[in-house]
Order: sequence, then C-alpha cells, then structure tokens
Amino acid sequence: MAINTNRPTSPHLQVYRLPLTGIISISHRITGVMLSAGLILFVYVISALAGGEDSYKAMQAVMSLWLLKLICWSFIYALFFHLCHGVRHLIWDSGNSFELDTLNRYAIIELAASLILTLMTFAGGYYGL
Amino acid sequence: MAEFTLPKNSVLIEGKTFKAPVGATHIRRFEVYRWDPESGENPRIDAFELDMDSCGPMVLDAILKIKNEIDSSLTFRRSCREGVCGSCAMTINGKNSLACTKAIDSYSGTIKIYPLPHMPVVKDLVADLTHFYAQYASIKPWIESQTPAPADSERLQSKEDREKLDGLYDCVLCACCSTSCPSYWWNSERYLGPAVLLQAYRWLVDSRDESTGERLDELEDPFKLYRCHTIMNCTDTCPKGLNPAKAIAETKKMLVQRKLG
Repeated sequence: MAINTNRPTSPHLQVYRLPLTGIISISHRITGVMLSAGLILFVYVISALAGGEDSYKAMQAVMSLWLLKLICWSFIYALFFHLCHGVRHLIWDSGNSFELDTLNRYAIIELAASLILTLMTFAGGYYGL
Repeated sequence: MAEFTLPKNSVLIEGKTFKAPVGATHIRRFEVYRWDPESGENPRIDAFELDMDSCGPMVLDAILKIKNEIDSSLTFRRSCREGVCGSCAMTINGKNSLACTKAIDSYSGTIKIYPLPHMPVVKDLVADLTHFYAQYASIKPWIESQTPAPADSERLQSKEDREKLDGLYDCVLCACCSTSCPSYWWNSERYLGPAVLLQAYRWLVDSRDESTGERLDELEDPFKLYRCHTIMNCTDTCPKGLNPAKAIAETKKMLVQRKLG
C-alpha cells in the first residue's frame, strides 16, 4: 500500500494548556495592540480639548456613554498591566528570577499590582486627589 | 508564519473506542492521537479503557499495555523507561513530558495523549525530529579549540568551571521544551528553540571551548536567538527541571556585555 508522505501537523494551540506565564505573555501582546488602537480615542479627547467649549462638551457627552467608560477603564487597566509586565521583562533581561517557583508568584504580583494601580487611578479621579 | 488552525489534512476525526474488559473495577480512560500513513485518512482520537488493576503506575505503562493487549499497531518511541533517554516525550493532558516519569495517579479523569505539538507526524505518537536535530547540529555541539590538547592528560577544568555546566549538560534533547514554545511553533524554520539554545549556551560557558566569539556571532540573529519572548513554556514543561529560558537570557546578556566591551 502507498505510504502517505503528506504528514499531518500535530495539534498545538488546540491541545496545549498554556501556563499562567504563557497566558500573561500573550495578554501583554494583545494589550499592546489594544493600547495602540486606543490611542485613536486618546487623540480624539485631546483634539476635543483644544477645539474649544462646544467640542469639549460634545466629547464629554460621548465619553459619558457607558460603553466608552468601559473602554476607557479597560484602556487604563491594560496600560498598567502592560507596564507591570514590561517591568517584569526588565527583571528577566537582567538574568534574574527565572526559577520555576518564582514564575507564578511574579505573575500574580503583576496582576494584583495592575489592579491596584487601576483602583488608585479610579480613587484619584473620584475623590479629586 | 503563524497559522493558528490545523491544516486540512491534520484536522481530527472521530476514532474507535475500546471498552474495558467485563468485571474490571478500577478503570481509567486514555484518549490517544492516532495517524496511520497507510490509511489515507485524517488523524483520529482512539479511546482505550484500561483496567488499572493490571497496569503499571506510569503513563508509559498504560501505553505499553495498549500496545501489548489491545492494539499492537499503536506506534510510539520509548527506550530507557526512567527519564534518561528522552524518547517517550509527548503531550500528556496539555503539557509536554516524558511518559515514563509521569504517574497515572498524578492526573484525574481521562488522560489525553498527543504527539509533541506542531510537528510533522510520522505515525501515531512519533513526531518527525529531523529538523530539530539538524538545528542541534548547526550550533556545533562539540569543543572547538586552537590550543593543542595536553600530551599526557585530558583538558582539565576547575571545579567551579565544571559547575557552570550543571543544569545544561543534563539535557536529554527530548524536545519537550522546544515543541511547547509558541514562538517555535510559528518560526521553527529560523528560530532555534529553547532546547538547542540551551545546548548553545552549554558550549558558550564551557571553559575548555575557545570559539565563544564565533558561537556568539552565529547566534546574533533576529530569528535564531531573539525570537525568544520569555513566554516561559519551556521552563514550565521541562521534564528534567532544567531552565532553558534562563540559558537564553544569559546568552542575550553575553551579547550585550560583548557589545559594551
């Protein structure tokens, strides 16, 4: 019988269970892309600020929609998460903290730190600090 | 290029189920990837229900039991059955490991077994490692020196220099780490992958080797070395507890230090 040399590729993403560090790594990429796209919104806000009273009011109305508020806060969280994992990369680049038992600990620290920074930003905005 | 889905000829179809013998009380279900190059069909998942009362403790024991008692056509690599040869590397419940060092009892429920991820399949659980070995050969895994060897002794090393090789020479080239790495999945034609880079570093830090400069020149490449994005799947999965990611980071550091003079 003829041998089929058209070899299949074994399953990868379909079956591999990414560890926490792997999930954080791909999230770092995704947040990077999201932050770049989010800059469009940021430019809109800045140009509305420069455009005088009417455009400022229009921008405020748009930004108070719940969907845009959600996007705005996601942007802030993504920014802090991206920053925290960036710092993690700097520590790695120095050749430190590669040990297996530190990997998950640092991952949890990153997630907690980015959440705390987001909450601090929220509190800062809410209480006008 | 990154292709996140499987090509048409690799999509899984439903396979056969082999029921446990009547009267078995302690049953475990194993789902195993099968592909027969002679069938002309797509790969499939066969399910085997095994009686654990007559099966050894390790995942490899279960695979051997299937081959010996249920389906002799099941194809896989194995040799030492004690984690020193690296032959029985496969994906067990979503993580690469050596089937001979993984206890069945360390998993709960169904155990799913696939060949090493994103590799051409030769048959069933046997992945084609030709390219992986060629990449290994490309880093010249041997001592290169201009100084002639001492006439009446070996090339000696201090205890400290020898210790630098610990955690590097222990690698058995099972390919668990390289095939767990998404960067290697998408760029294996040009990215060397964690296993080969760990070996490259093993020769970089060998006090007897005299071609460190040339070795670094070879590695200084956007793909060969710098496709490592510190995803850390390699270190997470290594069945020998080694740290390829750390070896890669140290190599990157050596390149920076050389540049800074």
